[in-house]
Amino acid sequence: MNRVYAKRRRRNFIAMSCATLATAMGLGWLMLILGALLWRGLAGLRPGVFTEMTPSPGSAGGLLNPIVGSLMLTAIAIAVGTPVGILAGTYMAEYGRGGRLTQAVRFINDILLSAPSIVIGLFVYEVMVRPLQHFSGWAGGLALALIVIPVVVRTTEDMLLLVPNQMREAAAAIGAPRATVIRFVTYRAARSGILTGLLLALARVSGETAPLLFTALNNQFWSLDLNAPIASLPVVIFQFAMSPYDDWQQLAWTGALLITFAVLATNILARLLSSRGSAKS
Amino acid sequence: MMNAVTRNPEAISEASAPPVKMRARKLDFFYGDSQALKSVDLRLYEHKVTAIIGPSGCGKSTLLRVFNRIFELYPKQRAEGEVLLGGGNVLDRSVDVNLLRARVGMVFQKPTPFPLSIYDNIAFGIELYERLPRSELDGRVETALRAAALWAEVKDKLNASGLSLSGGQQQRLCIARTVAIKPEVILLDEPCSALDPISTAKIEELIDELKASYTLAIVTHNMQQAARVSDYTAFMLLGELIEFAPTTEIFTSPGDRRTQDYITGRFG
Repeated sequence: MNRVYAKRRRRNFIAMSCATLATAMGLGWLMLILGALLWRGLAGLRPGVFTEMTPSPGSAGGLLNPIVGSLMLTAIAIAVGTPVGILAGTYMAEYGRGGRLTQAVRFINDILLSAPSIVIGLFVYEVMVRPLQHFSGWAGGLALALIVIPVVVRTTEDMLLLVPNQMREAAAAIGAPRATVIRFVTYRAARSGILTGLLLALARVSGETAPLLFTALNNQFWSLDLNAPIASLPVVIFQFAMSPYDDWQQLAWTGALLITFAVLATNILARLLSSRGSAKS
Repeated sequence: MMNAVTRNPEAISEASAPPVKMRARKLDFFYGDSQALKSVDLRLYEHKVTAIIGPSGCGKSTLLRVFNRIFELYPKQRAEGEVLLGGGNVLDRSVDVNLLRARVGMVFQKPTPFPLSIYDNIAFGIELYERLPRSELDGRVETALRAAALWAEVKDKLNASGLSLSGGQQQRLCIARTVAIKPEVILLDEPCSALDPISTAKIEELIDELKASYTLAIVTHNMQQAARVSDYTAFMLLGELIEFAPTTEIFTSPGDRRTQDYITGRFG
């Protein structure tokens, strides 16, 4: 065989092997994590998990209050973060494109995007929990909203920038004012992308623990009062997993299983949405 | 030589020319600091098709984009001079740009249906300025689609996405959308450059029918197309209008050497 070619083949083999190995490493850990979760979590999965409150050590119980608490906190975060994020992203992509304000907002937004979530928790503790003298569901929801906003701003801007300018010109050319062009043409063209961003933000906050530790705190009992501390799955998992009690640890595994698969389902949904959106355009 | 340039448009306007619908006068245009149009003077005659030809970068699309002020979407672009329509200067700050665009429609190079149904692609433009009962709106949509020779092909799938149509159909949908708002002038910016020959032939046929009701201007790279569809032709070079004359004259006995070089394929 030609020597140059043989050498190239050898190199190709080595590179391919490294790449395959690296992929296997990444996927392997993921499979191990999912496997361990399924193994340990499924053992404790019974109907009572969804109908009973968190127990005191030694007695039976479920995860109803943290499940409901997590849903409420996430709902607040999305309800607050979505309009702010979408409006800011719209300004950046449609009105202030290339402007100073847009550049400044994008820079700050990127910092916020990568800020450690515990810092956001501490921030909300300082501006809300301390002045009001108590932990609350509202504070927890707000902390999560601060994580949602930068994700939504970023995806909204990116997705709107992907809409070709020709589309805006075409709509303007039949006499549509700018706001109408955005509402009826650009939003529609970018809809699946923006929705994907929202789902990714949802997936991101539903697993956050750190911002809730100093804000929503935790609550061992059934409570829907957002002015009081409220339970959430990540915090309960954190607390129960660190405890020395077997039944608490079992509940932590089951809770982790629930969160992981909820997040996984959201991500898959986001992926489906975005692939359908791109196939259409 | 320079006489030939200026003589032609004047000669037309004095003699047998039809009424002028729209006119650019002493029009300069700037992209930031670079000047793209230099004192252009062009008339669009009523119910005629005017073709604007010239090599890439000569300013022909730019000229078209001044007529409906679409360039104003981009902050660094600016026009100086006059564009007259019905006695007023449309470049005047006091002219509402959206109302102007309802009078001066535009069809672009790439077909750009909105991400809406076929029906809504057309109804969208109508509903910007009119509130109509459903039955009347249906009628307007049908009329527009018929005017664009698209009705027969889409009448059974008006709720399908506009993006599901073929390229040629999409372009006719864009023409229907423009016609639906009853403009006075229709600007076509290389409307066939993304289409196959059969679709191109359909659009050219359509242009011929449309001039009964509208005044049209078409920018094209294709000189055969200009010769086929237009009544008047303007030749541009480096931001200047070199020659303007009836199409038959331009293609048989051009008055300017540069026009002749271009249409015989010596450059561009």
